[in-house]
Amino acid sequence: MNNQRRTVLKSGSGAALLGILAAAGIIKPGMALAEWNKAAFEAKSMADTLKALGAGSPADSKDVQVTGPDIAENGAVVPVGVSSTLPNVTMVAILIEKNPNALAASFTLPEGTEANVQTRVKMGQTSNVYALVKSDGKFFMATKEIKVTLGGCGG
Amino acid sequence: MAANPMKIRANNKDGVTEVKVLISHEMETGQRKDASGAIVPAWFITDLTAKHNDRLVLGAEFGTAVSKNPYLAFRFKGGAKGDKIVVSWKDNKGETRTDEAAIA
Repeated sequence: MNNQRRTVLKSGSGAALLGILAAAGIIKPGMALAEWNKAAFEAKSMADTLKALGAGSPADSKDVQVTGPDIAENGAVVPVGVSSTLPNVTMVAILIEKNPNALAASFTLPEGTEANVQTRVKMGQTSNVYALVKSDGKFFMATKEIKVTLGGCGG
Repeated sequence: MAANPMKIRANNKDGVTEVKVLISHEMETGQRKDASGAIVPAWFITDLTAKHNDRLVLGAEFGTAVSKNPYLAFRFKGGAKGDKIVVSWKDNKGETRTDEAAIA
């Protein structure tokens, strides 16, 4: 009888431990994902995205450049670059106005990293591509229209 | 560590290090349908960091609009030949991968 009780206790605590481990496993990625700006990436319109990024209505600036092709044959792979000569740039984001979610990527630039990043993005259709730059705590923007002949979101 | 290794190239020229990263990842948008009409669930990299000798030189957050097998290039001041560049990413399924390269 005593032995049985011990076995029950043992398995009981074992299950509890498993539960804790599972909970820890679930909580971990969840917590890490919180860093990712979900509201900004899930926002549909440009205005909502800018709001979620805390950018308000950024001023247009000649000191921000969007580089990319004038016409992209394949919308699935469109090379886009952002560069700026503004001082103390801490954040750079790429927004594509007509994509299902405007925000494509955002970059945090620590001191010493130049405001000059290139990546490749998907574009569903011809759209304005915006570069958003945070310099000295203020937001600035530049835009370039990229024409897409073959969308990148089709099946 | 399901994914293939990243390709990282880092070159120092005149005191500025240019880093180019090519990542192997599906970057599924969650909007595409498979042959049977079922939506292919979103699967994409959300966070990426690049470090130079334990110092953060770039943080990035990706949405689904970043192309399949993402490419990334950036430049930072400093860095010397042989220094280590470590790039790590995490996707929305919680998978991670870290690779490193030496500055050439």
